[in-house]
Amino acid sequence: MTKKINIAIIIPCYNEQDNILALYHEISSIANETSQYHITPIFVNDCSTDNTKQLLEDNNLMHLNLSVNLGIGGAVQTGFKYAYRKGFDIAIQMDGDGQHPPKELHKLIQPIIYHQADITIGSRYLTKEGFQSTALRRFGISYFKWLNKILVGVEINDSTSGYRAVNQKGMAIISEYYPDEYPEPESIVLFALKTLKIEEVPVLMRDRQSGKSSIRNYKTVYYMFKVTLGTIFLYIRLKFNGKRHII
Amino acid sequence: MENVISYRLQIIAIVTALIFMFFIFRLIAKGKLREEYSFIWIVCTALLLLFAVWRDGLDVIAKLLGIYYAPSLIFLGAIFAIVVFLVHLSVVNSKQHKQIKDLAQEMALLKEEIKKYQKTG
Repeated sequence: MTKKINIAIIIPCYNEQDNILALYHEISSIANETSQYHITPIFVNDCSTDNTKQLLEDNNLMHLNLSVNLGIGGAVQTGFKYAYRKGFDIAIQMDGDGQHPPKELHKLIQPIIYHQADITIGSRYLTKEGFQSTALRRFGISYFKWLNKILVGVEINDSTSGYRAVNQKGMAIISEYYPDEYPEPESIVLFALKTLKIEEVPVLMRDRQSGKSSIRNYKTVYYMFKVTLGTIFLYIRLKFNGKRHII
Repeated sequence: MENVISYRLQIIAIVTALIFMFFIFRLIAKGKLREEYSFIWIVCTALLLLFAVWRDGLDVIAKLLGIYYAPSLIFLGAIFAIVVFLVHLSVVNSKQHKQIKDLAQEMALLKEEIKKYQKTG
């Protein structure tokens, strides 16, 4: 291969001051190991209230600063817009809390390089290894699996996984529209109806290193409701207005 | 005597409607209310004025619609108008939400560009 493949790793950060540096060093060591790719980590600071911004600046890490808090979807979309405009070949979304080990990223990249998929989703459920999450979350995930299956006929075991890689086709679609809150399960309908090839890849995930998940307790109900509504309306909008490019 | 009281009431109603209309027009003239949102308020004041002048109007329309107790027509109309306007505001709100998001993202991307230029030259 003559030309190196340019890879952007998009890391949305909201108050992740304790995780950023460790994650950055992990990514750097991966980047140094491989000569095939050129890896650029892009941190998206979603208007954090802790020292995230200062930390990114002091260590001279490539980052985008949002002046208002947009939520995970808006933050991730900013990164994808950047990657798309700068002409990166592949963009990877990776959580800032250390749940997604960078050393697994080659598994996500492979199917895209070989043109087997436009988007790959890292799944922790294909093999029963690593951190497997809570019972409630697993119930939610099997519900989303069912919902996506009846709507677009795509079976994704871990639709809430935020560890994903997309090619330029995927970046273009995400730049155009991406849900603000809890975008992961909802965007599967988007990708499927835009005829992207989705492939699920088994990856090992860790428990979060610090901080708390954004989805817990009473929020679970809201989460399920919001995602169901979002998914169904996105489906209707794309299915019946698809030709008019409404989004 | 009865007539005098109701005339007094009518005058109060007309004056109130006119003051309200003047208030709305002043807001538009000062640029504090955008024309597209002022439309509904102009219609409202016009209706107020109409029923203030046309004294039997409410009874006539209520009878026409088969409403037994005429004042309930006011509540029906008012609540309907409020609900419609609230939905309209939610739509405006959603649109602005998207616009703010787009602006914030463009700003973040532009800030990065500027930083890059400052470094190089």
